[in-house]
Amino acid sequence: MKLKKIIFVIYALFLTPLYSNDNKVVASEVYKNLRCLVCQGQSIADSNSDFATTIKLVVLDQINEGKKEDEIYNFLISKYGEWITYHPTFNKNNFLLWTLPYAVLVLGGFIIFLIVRKNKHNKAN
Amino acid sequence: MKISISKIIIFSFIIFSFLIFWQGLKKNNDYDTKNLIGNKISNFQLIDLNNEKKLITEEDLRKNEYTLINFFASWCSPCRTEHEYLLKLSNKKIRIIGINFKDKKSNAISFLEELGNPYDFIGKDKNGKISVLFGIYGIPETLIVDSSLIVIKKYIGPIDQNQYDEILKLIQ
Amino acid sequence: MLSNIGIGLVVLVLILSFLTIYAASLDLKTSSQSIQRGIYKLSLYQTTFTILSFFTLIIAFINSDFSLINVYENSHTSKPLFYKIAGTWGNHEGSLLLWINILVIFSYLFLVFNHKHNKKFRLYTLIFQNILILGFLFFLLLNSNPFNSIYPIPREGLGLNPILQDPALAIHPPLLYVGFVGCSIYFSAAMASMVSGYGGKLFAQSIKAWVQISWCFQTLGIIVGSIWAYYELGWGGFWFWDPVENASLLPWFAITALMHSLIVLEKRNTLHAWVIILCLLTFILSVTGTFLVRSGILNSVHTFASDPSRGIYILLFLLFMVFSALIIFFSTYQKEVYKFNLKSRETFILANNWFMIFFLITVLIGMLYPIFLDVLTDIKISVGPPFFNIVIIPLVVPFLFLMAIGPNFSWIKSRNNNAYKILFLILGAVGINLLISNFFGKYSLLSNLIFIAAIFLFLHLFLDIKKFINKKNRFELPRIISHLGFGLLVFFIGINHQFSLEEDFNLKVGEIKKTNSYEINFEDIKITKSKNYKAIIGNFKLTNLKNNVVQYLGPEIRIYSNPETLTYEAAIKTKITSDLYLTMSNVSRSDYYNIKFQNKPFMIWIWISALMITLGGFTRLILKKNEN
Repeated sequence: MKLKKIIFVIYALFLTPLYSNDNKVVASEVYKNLRCLVCQGQSIADSNSDFATTIKLVVLDQINEGKKEDEIYNFLISKYGEWITYHPTFNKNNFLLWTLPYAVLVLGGFIIFLIVRKNKHNKAN
Repeated sequence: MKISISKIIIFSFIIFSFLIFWQGLKKNNDYDTKNLIGNKISNFQLIDLNNEKKLITEEDLRKNEYTLINFFASWCSPCRTEHEYLLKLSNKKIRIIGINFKDKKSNAISFLEELGNPYDFIGKDKNGKISVLFGIYGIPETLIVDSSLIVIKKYIGPIDQNQYDEILKLIQ
Repeated sequence: MLSNIGIGLVVLVLILSFLTIYAASLDLKTSSQSIQRGIYKLSLYQTTFTILSFFTLIIAFINSDFSLINVYENSHTSKPLFYKIAGTWGNHEGSLLLWINILVIFSYLFLVFNHKHNKKFRLYTLIFQNILILGFLFFLLLNSNPFNSIYPIPREGLGLNPILQDPALAIHPPLLYVGFVGCSIYFSAAMASMVSGYGGKLFAQSIKAWVQISWCFQTLGIIVGSIWAYYELGWGGFWFWDPVENASLLPWFAITALMHSLIVLEKRNTLHAWVIILCLLTFILSVTGTFLVRSGILNSVHTFASDPSRGIYILLFLLFMVFSALIIFFSTYQKEVYKFNLKSRETFILANNWFMIFFLITVLIGMLYPIFLDVLTDIKISVGPPFFNIVIIPLVVPFLFLMAIGPNFSWIKSRNNNAYKILFLILGAVGINLLISNFFGKYSLLSNLIFIAAIFLFLHLFLDIKKFINKKNRFELPRIISHLGFGLLVFFIGINHQFSLEEDFNLKVGEIKKTNSYEINFEDIKITKSKNYKAIIGNFKLTNLKNNVVQYLGPEIRIYSNPETLTYEAAIKTKITSDLYLTMSNVSRSDYYNIKFQNKPFMIWIWISALMITLGGFTRLILKKNEN
């Protein structure tokens, strides 16, 4: 159907500029993803402690050296352990953490699919 | 109620979660960086507090069987309580390096004049960035490193009598 | 004396709860169709004494009666009256008494307002609810008694924490508890439904209003908490995925799912078992949340003072609740046949539930995983905003899409083909999004998708509003308001997150910091003295480099003397188009101050949209009331 094809093409054209145009590492975003180790549940961005001040300097240095965000987190994890980052790394310990939610999503979708499909079956008979 | 696999699984999971929570209640919530033990220390460069031109790197530590690295500052009161143990250790077979953390040079020198200087070398860490290389998050903290640059002991907070005895046993 | 009165009243309530259960059990066996008058009286007495006990505690706080440990620990003679009263529920023991009050009040109201429904069902609901009440009463008396006394009586109290003296924080707990605890009544009703066999459409009608009320207050409570965090906590954020916040979000997802499924149960008399499960799940999640937050098992910046002994009790009570619910469920479960057509409104409501459960499980896993990992392997990890944002936000895109097209499908089976309309509106949304992205200049794949999905929702809703004005179908109004609010909320949070400017830097008095769009001049410092604090106020001149508009902001560092605390008061300039946010804190042993500056576009619209969601819910309640 010609109309549908035209719509599809316009659609595809619109989709091209969608990808991100800004990939710089932003210091304040990195601060938010790091935990202040001497505080009770605050991030480096939120904390006014000595430790937070020091970590901010180290992060800024690394950004200026051109390090990528993941490299900065890995560096700090090697020094302080995984506890320091709020972004759990995807390794064998945290595998379940990242996969279980999606497993639930797929399971839910499957259940709905079964419910709707059963009806189609009944209708056919 | 018929017994079936799914019901067994559900009930087991509930009991399992209950046990986990119960254990979780008993656990200590405070985090410390004991994980650094067994890691190799990273490359560093320490500039002497008194002499800008004098510096040491990690290579210098390979010459010692054991090195004690102690982070301190003049404004830190627990650092005072552990100082006597550092002084005692300075006469033993262990090289003691002090890193003066976020401090004014004059205050650090007066601190050491008042309490005594146990350090074979004093490095300065004006803005704290060097402490991050060593995985330090508060002071005082002390690390014991062997000749292959592996961290074998980590003490968070001031050294007490028990920890002093532990260090003595280690270096005998 | 107040201590004795208080304890006496609580014991009275305890006895009355036992009596109610006993009387209700007896009345179950009679052949009469209506509930015995005596039971109404028992319930009324129970309610009266419970409320009186709460008033006793309030009076103790107003009078600064330090013979009660609870008042001693949480109040102070120089606290303003309003905060003395609010202090009643601002602590663990007092808030527990408030829980019990809501449990009892809802129990009575449910009994009275549901007089048209089946007698057995109502009696069983009363019994189950009172078992819950007993559980909490025992917890209060044995472990967390606000009426415990202390001798000798201290002269002055300890509780003058300035952070807690804030109007939003004062009303936030009661609002939230009506949500949290209000869902107990349909937990009990669900249990009663299973045991008495009173289910389906009539069951849905009996609990409808209660689900709606708890939903409205839960939503409002969460919003007020966020507003407080934004204005008072000094970090410019309003949601931190903090354990306490997550604990309030878990029941919210369940209640929202339930609210939608109830529509299906009432209209098409299907999804019986699922609605029961949701009713049970909601209160179970409330109690689980309470356990996680008050036992000390998780650390958070929000927690009450924690105590593992509380944890054990709540955990056992939770286990008892879950086991009973499961056993009764499995004993009475009857297989259901589902007749769902793909192109029907029921299917789309199911889809809503699907996503709600997904969001719920994600938050639950995020909260519990560190605990499980720590206990099993001794490894400590942190799960924070990055995890929740990465998992949840991308799925909001299809959720908004389904939310837009779902209500356009009719019940049972839709005949019209909406495909062209959908395509056309997607194109429209993409177009509008292009304009927005180019205006702001910065975008990412995710931000584009979120905006497109949200705008797609708006376009559908505007068409709905046109239809509403023509047909005047009142019952569409709540949905339109709430869904619009939700779409706007996602939209403005997206704009705020994507286009906010944030700078974190150190400055000395007299210095100037220049960023791409602002010049921040730290002009000077002023020290003022107030009744109970000393304040260091920074005077900052902000120049917007794009239009040369100048604003002055004065963030404060407050030093309180009793108790010795330091707070940071952010300077916030709220305008329709954006918020300017500035905090100042001192850097130890230095002349420098750490400055956090943020420009947050359309911040106030986030609050407006969130409140719109609540408004839709209250509208539905009012419309229902007028209908009866």
